[in-house]
Amino acid sequence: MDEKTLIAKRVALELRDGNLVNLGIGLPTLVARYLAPEVNVFFQSENGIVGMTALADEGLVNADLTDAGGSPISAVAGAAAFDSAVSFGLIRGGHLDVTVLGGLQVDQEGRLANWMVPGKMVPGMGGAMDLVSGAKRVIVAMTHTAKGTPKIVKRCGLPLTSVRRVDLVVTELAVIEPTAAGLVLREVAPGVTVAQVQAATEAELIVPEHVATMAVAG
Amino acid sequence: MKKVIQIAEAVARIPDGAVLMIGGFMGVGTPDGLVDALVSAGRRDLTVIANDTARPGVGIGKLIDAKLVRKVIASHIGTNPETQRQMIAGETEVELVPQGTLAERVRAGGFGLGGILTPTGVGTVVAEGKRTIEVDGVPFLLELPLRADFALVKAKRGDYLGNLDYALTARNFNPLIAMAADVVLAEAEAIVPVGVIPPDAVVTPSVVVDHLVAKEVRHG
Repeated sequence: MDEKTLIAKRVALELRDGNLVNLGIGLPTLVARYLAPEVNVFFQSENGIVGMTALADEGLVNADLTDAGGSPISAVAGAAAFDSAVSFGLIRGGHLDVTVLGGLQVDQEGRLANWMVPGKMVPGMGGAMDLVSGAKRVIVAMTHTAKGTPKIVKRCGLPLTSVRRVDLVVTELAVIEPTAAGLVLREVAPGVTVAQVQAATEAELIVPEHVATMAVAG
Repeated sequence: MKKVIQIAEAVARIPDGAVLMIGGFMGVGTPDGLVDALVSAGRRDLTVIANDTARPGVGIGKLIDAKLVRKVIASHIGTNPETQRQMIAGETEVELVPQGTLAERVRAGGFGLGGILTPTGVGTVVAEGKRTIEVDGVPFLLELPLRADFALVKAKRGDYLGNLDYALTARNFNPLIAMAADVVLAEAEAIVPVGVIPPDAVVTPSVVVDHLVAKEVRHG
């Protein structure tokens, strides 16, 4: 299993039946593939729909039905479309249960940076700042390092997406829960040791007596 | 009866230097007829307020390609390398606004509000130069309203009075910008008789729409 699949399968276990969920572009989008059949969630896309689902067939493309990346999608029975103010009202107003986002850095305080690299990449924040500020639960799904450079750091050097503490960080090596006391190592991936996780992490990790082995969706 | 005008006539009213709000999200829900006519007419020094600049050759990206835009206020330009190039070269000014904040600033502009208070951006670079206001101990940013000279709206249907409805995710910013500009130009997929869109289904009431633009009729 490649690292992105592993991360997506672990994140899938965090979603609960009935949740309203927003998945970021890229790795987080993969999470939808690994939901257990008994878990029915509504996926929101910030361009204005609740109830998006993958396009079953390319012949079904509707130019007016796309995800936030502009790619064609489909809608489940019971879907609803609305304008951008309502879409972000759902996000900011406490209606969105979970958002899963990619990350560039997460720091010891559990703060996320994921929208720009000054001088290199200035794409704009899109909906990320609203999602991290507003969702009930924020899950960061990202690779543990950027080609060996730790992404879980003492202090974010990159501009923050929000000062809000995210709820969970899932990487191919570990599941880490940011808490008021610091970053708690909850799980390690199969075959990975606590020492290996710590070595790939710049921030200090709080290591409880029992660290579980990462479970992944089937 | 709402005057239906030709696209060229609509664009002739837009001067160089105009501030435009344009609907659309990655080109979906962008009035392509109006955008193409703006490019043909070569209107310059435009300020564009929109969610994004799509991609080169798509939607608002066509205005960027033609170097007609002096300033962009958007939430995302990452999908358009040409916008980024013009920004880095200093040819186009770009103001990045969180998407939900952009929607609310436009709404405030159209709804007569002096601004909105949002938690989004508190403690980040977005907060720089802005007032932070505490409400019951929680900090919010004061974000100011946006208005435009013209709103270029894409609708699914418009009736002859100018009542509009929208299609799925092509709705996005369109109903918001239709409230927030001095002149509202709506490009509908279809222009239908009054009454075809029932009152409950009207999203943008005709009273805010100045003109429906007719699609170019192509023969043969």
